[in-house]
Amino acid sequence: MTTSPQPTTAHVRPNYMLIWLYLFIMTVAEVTLAFELPVSRNLKLILLLVLAIWKAMLVALYFMHLKFERWRLRLIFIVPLPLAVILVTAVIMEKLR
Amino acid sequence: MTHATQIVDQMRPPVPAEPGAGVYSKKLGMWVFLASDVMFFTALIGSYIVLRFGMPSPWAQPGAVLNVPLTGLNTFLLICSSVSMVKAYAAIADGKKYFLRKVPGKRLQDGGLKFWMLITIICGAGFVGVQLIEYIKLVGEGFTPTGYREGSLLAEHALADPIKYGAGAAGMYGSTFFTMTGFHGFHVTCGVISMLYLYFTKVLPEKYSAQNYAGIEVIGLYWHFVDLVWIILFTIVYLI
Repeated sequence: MTTSPQPTTAHVRPNYMLIWLYLFIMTVAEVTLAFELPVSRNLKLILLLVLAIWKAMLVALYFMHLKFERWRLRLIFIVPLPLAVILVTAVIMEKLR
Repeated sequence: MTHATQIVDQMRPPVPAEPGAGVYSKKLGMWVFLASDVMFFTALIGSYIVLRFGMPSPWAQPGAVLNVPLTGLNTFLLICSSVSMVKAYAAIADGKKYFLRKVPGKRLQDGGLKFWMLITIICGAGFVGVQLIEYIKLVGEGFTPTGYREGSLLAEHALADPIKYGAGAAGMYGSTFFTMTGFHGFHVTCGVISMLYLYFTKVLPEKYSAQNYAGIEVIGLYWHFVDLVWIILFTIVYLI
């Protein structure tokens, strides 16, 4: 007896609408945090940067599919980031000297 | 008894990869370009950070000069365009070339590549339009790349409350704001023009298929990167 083929998935597509919902909620949270919540400026700064990086990571991992790419391709995107940090640090050090 | 199993990899590459690299050349080229663009925007953002925190006088407080609710809405528009772009990618990967199609048992029609690409183009063009309106309004109020224009509304506000409006750093504030958002807006405009070109030359004539949709993936990468950059810029320029 032969049964009909049952499709299974090797890599399942992420739930894009769920990612969109996360991004929307985090954007609302950012604006609320920036203007409504009575927290110290330094804490606000850290929280806003964490939210921004988190949102950027969601876009890169799920919309740009970096989560599903090979490591050598991920490296192309990751390598400029420490270089960028070195660049900014060097300019700041120059300013402080 | 035989159980035949069909393996479907939903994240498979749209065209065969180059041997060795493990990725097709157009996509590799786009990733290398995006890596160089990371450095470009980092230089802009880095300069902004150095200039802002190196200035002896404080910058204008968030929301004092810039219209944050309007830009928040624009951010949402760009996020929506990113989702519609990835839905376009998923649609063509499943072979859905059509605009909208009725699905039995479902109230909403199913969107194909033509529908989701059009939504992306509309949202992208909408973002550029809102940014232009914002620029016109800001310049009208007296906020220019050289600071607050003499005799303008903002110059009067800055005289009355120099701390809130960052009167001592207005020139630097204006030049960095227009440089960063202007370069980003230029990227968005290039993306919208590219997508329009693809829409009329490839999407509408149905030249993409489930076996070949590399162009959609490559333009999608660019578009998501533009969204990613705006997420960072929105926080740094408008909220901090």
